Amino acid sequence: MSAKGLVHADNLTVEFTTRDGVVSAVKDVSFDIAAGETLGIVGESGSGKSVTSFALMRILDDNGRVANGALEYSGVDLVAADERRMREIRGREISMIFQNPRSALNPIRKVGRQIEDALRQHAVAAGAEARRRAVELLDAVRIRDPEARYHAYPHELSGGMCQRVVIALALACQPRVLIADEPTTGLDVTTQKAILDLVRDLVRDRGMSMALITHDLGLAAEYCDRIVVMRSGEVVEANETEALFAGPRYPYTRALIRATPRRGAVLRSLLPEGDPRRNAPASIPVADKSGAPLLSVRGLVKSFPAASKGFSFFGGGAETQETRAVDGVSFDIRHGESVGLVGESGCGKSTTSLMLMRLLDPTAGEILFDGEDIAAVPASAFPKHPLRAKLQMVFQDPTDSLNPRFTAGRCIADPILRLGDEKNRRAVQARVKQLADQVSFPKSLLDRFPHQLSGGQKARVGIARAIALGPSFLVLDEPTAALDVSVQAVVLNLLADLRAELGLSYLFVSHDLTVVRLLCDRVMVMRAGELIEQGAAEDVMNAPKDPYTAALLAASPEPPPISV
Amino acid sequence: MRDAPVTEAAPEDEAAGPSVLRRSLYVLSSNPVSFVALGGFCLIVLAAIFGPWLAPYDPLLTDAAKALQPPTAAHPFGTDQLGRDVFSRVLVAARLDMMISVAAVTLSFFVGAAIGTLSGYYGGWVDRISGRLIDTIMAFPLFVLAMGIVAALGNTVENIIYATAIINVPFYARVARAEAAIRRDAGFVLAAKLSGNGGLRIVATQLFPNALPPMMVQASLNLGWAILNAAGLSFIGLGVRPPTPEWGIMVAEGANFIVSGEWWLALFPGAALMLTVFTFNLMGDALRDIVDPRKRT
Repeated sequence: MSAKGLVHADNLTVEFTTRDGVVSAVKDVSFDIAAGETLGIVGESGSGKSVTSFALMRILDDNGRVANGALEYSGVDLVAADERRMREIRGREISMIFQNPRSALNPIRKVGRQIEDALRQHAVAAGAEARRRAVELLDAVRIRDPEARYHAYPHELSGGMCQRVVIALALACQPRVLIADEPTTGLDVTTQKAILDLVRDLVRDRGMSMALITHDLGLAAEYCDRIVVMRSGEVVEANETEALFAGPRYPYTRALIRATPRRGAVLRSLLPEGDPRRNAPASIPVADKSGAPLLSVRGLVKSFPAASKGFSFFGGGAETQETRAVDGVSFDIRHGESVGLVGESGCGKSTTSLMLMRLLDPTAGEILFDGEDIAAVPASAFPKHPLRAKLQMVFQDPTDSLNPRFTAGRCIADPILRLGDEKNRRAVQARVKQLADQVSFPKSLLDRFPHQLSGGQKARVGIARAIALGPSFLVLDEPTAALDVSVQAVVLNLLADLRAELGLSYLFVSHDLTVVRLLCDRVMVMRAGELIEQGAAEDVMNAPKDPYTAALLAASPEPPPISV
Repeated sequence: MRDAPVTEAAPEDEAAGPSVLRRSLYVLSSNPVSFVALGGFCLIVLAAIFGPWLAPYDPLLTDAAKALQPPTAAHPFGTDQLGRDVFSRVLVAARLDMMISVAAVTLSFFVGAAIGTLSGYYGGWVDRISGRLIDTIMAFPLFVLAMGIVAALGNTVENIIYATAIINVPFYARVARAEAAIRRDAGFVLAAKLSGNGGLRIVATQLFPNALPPMMVQASLNLGWAILNAAGLSFIGLGVRPPTPEWGIMVAEGANFIVSGEWWLALFPGAALMLTVFTFNLMGDALRDIVDPRKRT
């Protein structure tokens, strides 16, 4: 493209002054966004994609600055423009949708008022006119009953609704460029699809340009005309979406495309070329089809009192209602079997896994583990129960699940010290090293603290801790949700190998059917506390019986087929 | 298993030891006042440890011939009504005042941490009972409460320490409770339960260490306040008794002579008290800057 786009970045370099000296977060990045075009900026964490957008809006932190290069918006130099000019441009000409909609909204102001504020700020409308426009905007982002929602506070709205309000805010002054920075992180797939479809339609109808910043190549492929792939601050490859997928020119792009889970992919194919394990035979599942199941759940119920807790000081008011987070769930998991539990947020999948792990007491129902009803043991007494070592869990957020004050080695050693047979320090150390080897965690890093480790390394520590006691059943609670796709590919393969090696049974809890499918023999779909469908993974994926499952499948973004 | 080399590079190499020092220096360099605080703190600690050896005169030695002399080269802070050297007394008093405040703060730190983390973790009736207990303490004017405790228990140094500790417990308990409550459902606490840790062990090994940083800041700010409290008790005649050198009593005794023009009796111990408290407060600010991750750019 020879003509300058509406937004034009030329050899942009952004530097941050830190205690370790000057760090370049973005190096010589050039791109154009033409009028009416949607550009995807794709990269893994730390690739500099968000910093690029912050530089564009000139909302970098105090210690950051544009060190080199040009940044223009329809002829205006965004690097040199004074602050007053920038204030006019922000919101009026270029506006932004942020990652976490809830934190982007003022929690103590009605959402309608917040839209009015934006209108007034840029002197677009005032008084009754502003109000009318606010309601119109709420209607435009397809919020039902906008008149009533005008008076809602952010906490009264769901995450998806909040993001719609943020979009309404961003569009309020009819900007010409919209920057969406991971706009659907933390939202369910169906909500994600609804939101992005909405944004696409609005952008198209208004003839706007958009920059969609995301880590998900599949998502970018679906919504963007062109894609810029970034890695550690530099543009690796930029091309039309179709051309990019048809013939990625650089190995990094190829690896990224491969690592993005898609239908029909197998676990090994996610790994980059050149990885020795890519050609290794897939671990053979050792599911034991006959015999008694390892875990058998019968009529599991968990209800929470809906009455507010605050007034229970004097014995509590009448218990008017209760919410049933889990409503009579029954299923079996066999020895060596891997079962997926899929559902959107709030469907009760996490509550179910906490009850299976005996961290939460069920209201009713049985959990038979090897024939013993462990639901009868209260959660507070379970840490001392002999079966404790047999049921372990890998947590969702590797950062949150490691004590920031423990070294990696101490984290892995903790279960061994509490419940293991080895009591002398030498033996424990030896066992920790052996576990580190098993999960391919470098032994030299065992003395490091979690904040000194990368996401993938932390995930490995979490897995090593979970298998330390030789469990027979693991709950994997979205173990890769917080990881980059390339790390996810490696971790998923690790989990598959460990399962074959140690004869583990998994319950893989996730919202993402495409990922679950890779690791599981069977899939169960949960909605509003009930299991609505279960069956062999391939059957559920290819011929979903329940319309909800079909909707889930349709909503997950599907990258174009690989042609490499 | 090999990883894609790009994605799993660890964050920059930093060994724990030097990085803390480096980080501290980086943070402190942006606020030179912190260095002053640090220097003042070292001086006070030196005075507390070596005061009795450094003092030019015996702080208890009376000499009627030299009573109420204004500051001179021989007696830089002058002498009091019994001819005792004020400089020596101020210097020697540092140890007692520091001892009282450090002991009281340590005591309230641990008691408060225990109450706070337990109620934050267990919630329910444990939280309700400890919460009301703390509210009850807070409902009194704290200095009056301390006066009452010392008056009831008896006029000794230990009782000053207990009284100061009791009135400080609520502050630590509240900080610890908040820190424990936000982490009670964190992944690493659940993981600790899965590893077979009981409730008490989780509180001690998982929650308490993570509540430490804000509590340390609280402690440093509290030290100055505890000194003031002890001096205040002595000032009104409770607590340390004359002739023991203690800043509070010295100010109380010297106050009688201000009217007649002998200002040095009250001024110098008062200044020592003020500077010490000031130093501790500055230290608290510096410590907060070091502990606060947002300052660690």
